[in-house]
Amino acid sequence: MKKIAAVAVKELRQIVRDPLSLLMLLGLPAFMLVLYGFALNFDVRHVALAVQDRDHTAASRDLVSAFVNSTYFDLAATPAPGADLERLLERGRARGVLVIPEDYGRRLAAGETAPVQLLLDGADANTATTVLGYAGALVAEANTEELRRTVVRATGRDLPSPIEYRPYVWFNPELSTTQFLVPGLMGVLLMLTAVLATALSVVREKERGTMEQLRVAPLRTAELILGKTLPYLVISLAAAVIILVAARLLFAVEVKGSYLALLAATLLYLVGALGLGILISTLADSQALAFQGGLLVSLLPAVLLSGFIFQIRTMPAALQLVTHAVPARYYLVILRGVILKGTGLGPYWDQMGALALFALATLALASLRLVRHEG
Amino acid sequence: MAAAVELASLTKRFGAFTAVDRVSLVVEEGEVFGFLGANGAGKSTTIRMICGLLAPTAGTARVLGVDVARDPEEVKRRIGYMSQRFSLYEDLPVRQNLRFFGGVYGLRGRALAEREEWAIEMAGLRGKEDVLARLLAGGWKQRLALACAILHRPRVVFLDEPTSGVDPLSRRRFWSLIDSMSAEGVTVFVTTHYLEEAEHCHRLAMIHAGRLVALGTVAEMKSVFARQAVLEVRVPRVAEALDLLAGQPFVREVSAFGTRLHVTVDDEEEGRRRVLDLLERSGDVPAHAERIVPSLEDVFIHYVEAEEARGTPEAVRQ
Repeated sequence: MKKIAAVAVKELRQIVRDPLSLLMLLGLPAFMLVLYGFALNFDVRHVALAVQDRDHTAASRDLVSAFVNSTYFDLAATPAPGADLERLLERGRARGVLVIPEDYGRRLAAGETAPVQLLLDGADANTATTVLGYAGALVAEANTEELRRTVVRATGRDLPSPIEYRPYVWFNPELSTTQFLVPGLMGVLLMLTAVLATALSVVREKERGTMEQLRVAPLRTAELILGKTLPYLVISLAAAVIILVAARLLFAVEVKGSYLALLAATLLYLVGALGLGILISTLADSQALAFQGGLLVSLLPAVLLSGFIFQIRTMPAALQLVTHAVPARYYLVILRGVILKGTGLGPYWDQMGALALFALATLALASLRLVRHEG
Repeated sequence: MAAAVELASLTKRFGAFTAVDRVSLVVEEGEVFGFLGANGAGKSTTIRMICGLLAPTAGTARVLGVDVARDPEEVKRRIGYMSQRFSLYEDLPVRQNLRFFGGVYGLRGRALAEREEWAIEMAGLRGKEDVLARLLAGGWKQRLALACAILHRPRVVFLDEPTSGVDPLSRRRFWSLIDSMSAEGVTVFVTTHYLEEAEHCHRLAMIHAGRLVALGTVAEMKSVFARQAVLEVRVPRVAEALDLLAGQPFVREVSAFGTRLHVTVDDEEEGRRRVLDLLERSGDVPAHAERIVPSLEDVFIHYVEAEEARGTPEAVRQ
């Protein structure tokens, strides 16, 4: 126990004497949160829309204002008939063009079907899909309205809508993606700093030869691992607090659930990350290699395979299988639950178990590798 | 009482390469034992096996009667080890280095404080307690590394090339520290490739290509030349003279030392006459030859050549 303290105190003194690294460990996560939080915004609003209204009737103006008033679309241009609509999209002046033909108003009034065309820039598939959804909904609404008017004209009686649709979004009523992204970012950033910090600190001892001095001392592997990881656990927890404070101040993301549950999940997650860091340090012989290796195994899976940005459900089956080995996948589910929904750990025992398993596996592998004699 | 170090057929192979080949030796308690050999001869590998840093392929190593393979932790508690690279935390000050290594060896409180003071005094680091280890000059760094290695009063201390890259004055000072440790009964096992340092050791082992080629006191080793004479020959064309003399049956050994040759012959007078005669006839003049006291270097070369003469046919047979 006291030997662990000796190692931990030494480690802390080294960290404190290197303010640049400390700043990186504590400041970088918050900085990246700001960067990602503002840049990674999947909300689709104010899409530039060009409207070619060849009809110029009250009916066509109604349709255009339905689009613009929805706030999903901004009127970017009104090309004259015969203008090159394709160029408009190519130059990026508009993401979509709504074309209303000449006899739109007349056909509607005559009870005929009136075609309306929407040209869409599909280069950004995500945005295009969302825009299609919006446009479809807007047109459907206009259709219903038109049908009602026809019925009223014909029968003199108003027709109630058969289905009244009343959506209510829970937990994130504004559907803002930052709410959703902050927990994910926390998972990514904590994994990144915890893995890199421990991996680099152990490899540094290897590079400088002090590891050999430690190995010849009567120090058990567990004592060495604990002594070296405890300081980084504390620092990573501090980084987590900084991330949460930044998220609250900048993105108004509040922790709705219990802080204790958050702490428990984060601790478990960090222990696994620190174990992973030590495991990497037993495989890499230079700080450069450890840095690259650490980046690869921490950042990539946490960003790509955790459900942070890409839905796991839509991945190919083989890749879905791989995601089971990514701790961020489980941590994210817990964080979203605790931070956004305000639940406790109750529904997440599976995830907690997976995190514990991951921590156990990395620590066991790391100690095995450390114990083994070289050569 | 058990010997401080006892090696029995200690062997280490890395794949097909045999780094240490069946080394057996005994070091008594309180001895300063020198382990000599060229770079790559297997000195560090041997020491690292004794300290439990490397598992032997075959054979055993015992320290104070404890088998390293059986109970490495017990061995680690009783020994001090200073590696070639003076493994210190360069980003920490002197005192923090001492405190850390003391803590790792289980020293604390008063005992730790006392040993810290002792170490600072011993290493001559008074007034430099708060200087970063990185900023210390070579000699100080070396003494701090030694202090860290012996803070816990080990009974056996292993020093791996402790004087490499240190100025001569610091080196001398370091050896007087070794002498005083030995006076207190500590066994010192030291590797070096500086042959002049070996004269400080009570006993020596010479290792070449992983094999022990000689073992004994300095005097015992030099006695291989007891019935022979070593002549130091000075001639203008050293390389030609070396070739010429190497082919002569009366010349036991010949080796070049810079601009001079060391020639071993059975009889001083006759040998001198025949050497000078040969050189004169070859036109390599003026030549001088005088008898010298053989150095450890002569001894080392003698054993290495003897070992290679023995080893070559074996290698050819393979």
